Amino acid sequence: MSILINKDTRILVQGVTGREGLFHTGQMVQYAGNVVAGVTPGKGGEWVLDGKVPVFDSVRSAVDMTAANCSVIFVPARFAPDAMYEAADAGIPLIICITEGVAVQDMMRVRAYLDQKDVRLVGPNCPGLLTPGEAKAGIIPGNIAIPGSVGVVSRSGTLTYEVLYALKSRGLGASTCVGIGGDPVNGTNFIDVLEMFEGDPHTDQVVLIGEIGGTDEEKAADFISRSMSKPVVAFIAGQTAPPGKRMGHAGAIIEGGAGTAEEKVAALQSAGVRIAQHPEQIADMIRG
Amino acid sequence: MKLHEYQSKQIFARYGVPIPRGQIASTPEEAGRIAQELGGRVVIKSQVLVGGRGKAGGIRLAKTPEEAVDLARAILAMEIKGLPVRKVLVDQAVNIVKEIYLGITNDRAARRPVFMASAAGGVEIEEVARETPEKIIKLHIDPLLGLREYQSRDLAIGMDLPRELWRPFQAIAQGLWQAYNDTDATLAEINPLVITSEGNLMALDGKMLVDDNAMFRHQEMDSLRDLDVEAPAEIQARENGLSYIKLDGEIGCMVNGAGLAMATMDIIKLSGGEPANFLDIGGGAGADKVAAAFRIILSDPNVRAVLINIFGGITRCDEVARGILSAMEQVQTSIPMVVRLVGTNAEEGRRILADANMGTAETLVEAAQKAVQAARGGQA
Repeated sequence: MSILINKDTRILVQGVTGREGLFHTGQMVQYAGNVVAGVTPGKGGEWVLDGKVPVFDSVRSAVDMTAANCSVIFVPARFAPDAMYEAADAGIPLIICITEGVAVQDMMRVRAYLDQKDVRLVGPNCPGLLTPGEAKAGIIPGNIAIPGSVGVVSRSGTLTYEVLYALKSRGLGASTCVGIGGDPVNGTNFIDVLEMFEGDPHTDQVVLIGEIGGTDEEKAADFISRSMSKPVVAFIAGQTAPPGKRMGHAGAIIEGGAGTAEEKVAALQSAGVRIAQHPEQIADMIRG
Repeated sequence: MKLHEYQSKQIFARYGVPIPRGQIASTPEEAGRIAQELGGRVVIKSQVLVGGRGKAGGIRLAKTPEEAVDLARAILAMEIKGLPVRKVLVDQAVNIVKEIYLGITNDRAARRPVFMASAAGGVEIEEVARETPEKIIKLHIDPLLGLREYQSRDLAIGMDLPRELWRPFQAIAQGLWQAYNDTDATLAEINPLVITSEGNLMALDGKMLVDDNAMFRHQEMDSLRDLDVEAPAEIQARENGLSYIKLDGEIGCMVNGAGLAMATMDIIKLSGGEPANFLDIGGGAGADKVAAAFRIILSDPNVRAVLINIFGGITRCDEVARGILSAMEQVQTSIPMVVRLVGTNAEEGRRILADANMGTAETLVEAAQKAVQAARGGQA
């Protein structure tokens, strides 16, 4: 029914006692109930959310006790690299880093380290994953999406919600929604997710939401034209963005004239991808 | 954050990179005194954060301290590409035999730092990259290993440097790498690195960009920030943890999330309007942040209407709604507003706004159309 997460996923939350961590752990528990542990060093032995989620001092001890197999990270940016190393070293195969503002040199080191292990990192600076009706690992509001056969992959957070919401309002559901994040160096890119959707028997079509900066959309276009049989609809944010300015996301910047929305749209169109003019239009272009 | 030439060179020098003797001056008299101390010919270099200083007449050679005073006076009165020259660097002049380019930047596609070196230094490296890309040597660095000695040697060999300069060049490359690493730079560049008539290597110009996300561990560098390059509203936004970029349109935007903010700007344009700004209030924005965002948007006199588009994930719509109301109390304005709240706690947020009689919209298209209409003098 999905990629990356499903009803059997056992979620652990790093930074579970922080303001955002606790709020969203509550949301995840409410959505599917499969949060098995939280980690906050120094608070091991406590319980949060009315005794629903046990807190551990380390990821290792949490994994030993609960067999968690997916970590969602909410710790502040300066501690996030360490949280990713800790999760990887504890053997967590799927790490989702929600934290925004991680330094890029830190991320280059994290990525180089994780590449040596059998670990998939999603993010940082991402909304995480949602497999509607089964599991939620991150901050995508559960009530804006319904189960279905549209795979959604996006560099953005709230823009993704917009699309899920528009799909739902037309009765269309998602197989899995993957927010890969808006940072220049991240764990999972478009191609990784497109490949998974192509191989997922329960995904019939795919929505790709990109933005200005970098060349990930162009690479995705190349992959789609060579290796994808499922139809893809895309939206690229930032048609009105001026060059040289970082549009919020560290990765959303037109540098040296490269990474413009026009180039990305052209590349995707030539790969047979249909382009939406605005996010709500995506839902109209999906075949119900 | 961009650093000035003199700041970058001072950092490089701390890592053993040879730079010319020189000092920074804010007045012509100071420049004259420095020129006197240095003796001989000096170069007066405007310190502004734009390219093309030389072409604009912002870099001049002075043969005497008196000439240094005159040139510094002229340069300090200049504005280069809209930026005032507040400081000049007075450097001892050097006889140049050869100019080299040496720089490190982040290659986002390769997810690692890349060293670039070229024997065709002195000009804009983008130009070399465009016209004669074969003249640039690129070398990716494993972020866990750092620059290895054989790699810096490869750069020296690749540029056909004379053998006696390999070691000093390698020391400079290593110094530049350390500087890049220790300061969390996203760019560290020496252009040109020159061979002097005495046969030494020296960094004549320097440029650094530092990752704003890493400033938490470089608080000492905060004082190096040049506020001239940022619009006052952009500075105010940064201090409030907001991301704001001023544009030329008439519809102010307040959005949570960068992608949605860009999409909101795009749809305003598609609906026949022009966005006045990009503004991302970020994740988990509370009432105080929303109020600050409001003041920043309304400080732009071109704004004729404001579109608030919040899709709650981390951000809770009820908090945003309270922020809007508290901001409205602080900032008295007659500018029409269109609010759209969806997602986490949206119903609560909409109820709060409805109680206060604020105009709302359901879809993004509807919100954009209403905002465009309101900006033209219609009803929100």
